[in-house]
Amino acid sequence: MAEYLTSIDFAGLFTADNIVFFILSAVILVCGFMSVASTKLLRAATYLFFTLFAVAGLYLTLSYEFIAAVQLSVYAGGILVLLIFAIMLVKNLGTDTETISYVNKTIAGLSALAGTVFAFITMSKFRFISSEGANDAAAKVDMEMVGQTLMGTDRYQYLLAFEAVSILLLACIVGSIVIATKSKED
Amino acid sequence: MIPVEAYLVVSTLLFFIGVYGFLVRKNLIGILMAVELILNAVNINFVVFNRFLYPDHLEGYIYSLFVIVVAAAETAIAISIIINVYRKLKDVRVDSINELKN
Repeated sequence: MAEYLTSIDFAGLFTADNIVFFILSAVILVCGFMSVASTKLLRAATYLFFTLFAVAGLYLTLSYEFIAAVQLSVYAGGILVLLIFAIMLVKNLGTDTETISYVNKTIAGLSALAGTVFAFITMSKFRFISSEGANDAAAKVDMEMVGQTLMGTDRYQYLLAFEAVSILLLACIVGSIVIATKSKED
Repeated sequence: MIPVEAYLVVSTLLFFIGVYGFLVRKNLIGILMAVELILNAVNINFVVFNRFLYPDHLEGYIYSLFVIVVAAAETAIAISIIINVYRKLKDVRVDSINELKN
């Protein structure tokens, strides 16, 4: 990490790519932190929405358009709406403020900090060699390749996992209906 | 060009923000939201390693698609469990849900 920091070319730091990346990661980190620190749960869900949106933007900077679209439609469109439904359905949960004791905050913060430091130390021990032009806008992944990988049966292709996920989703639909249905004696 | 390490720093910080939320939240939906943050951090890692180290394969790409799908399934099930718990016990805070049988 130290070598990397000394090798930064500060004049070339303000390219469009870097500025976009900086803004996206700032949104991710600030809104992510606000979504765990906010005392009102409905606000936390809104901050989570911005975080998910910025993560989709991060995928776009890597020119993975399909996964950015999936992130937006499944996370921001599906999961978040489900979460907000649940918050609204539980009485007073959206407007109640949640008080957390300082002891809890300190312990949780210290353990998260320790984990961060540990992960950074581990990361600084490795040098990651990126292939040239990895985030070129020209190096797009075409949908045909994604489709072949998802539905093929050769090596490095994932038809079996795809079918297993479809069964998982079916089980999930049936299971959530069964769990959430009111039983007769209630 | 943005180095791999920059993405990894963002995903590490996002992961541990999620861990902090997971430890500090008291109600079940808040915990679920923290888990979403953790899964997103992991997804960023998969996609970035795929992009920078093996751009001509799609392992990380497909894996993060599956992670998104499993996260959706997990959230749907978790929310139906939370609604059921609320219906039975009238509360969704983890320190007041302490009975399995009622």
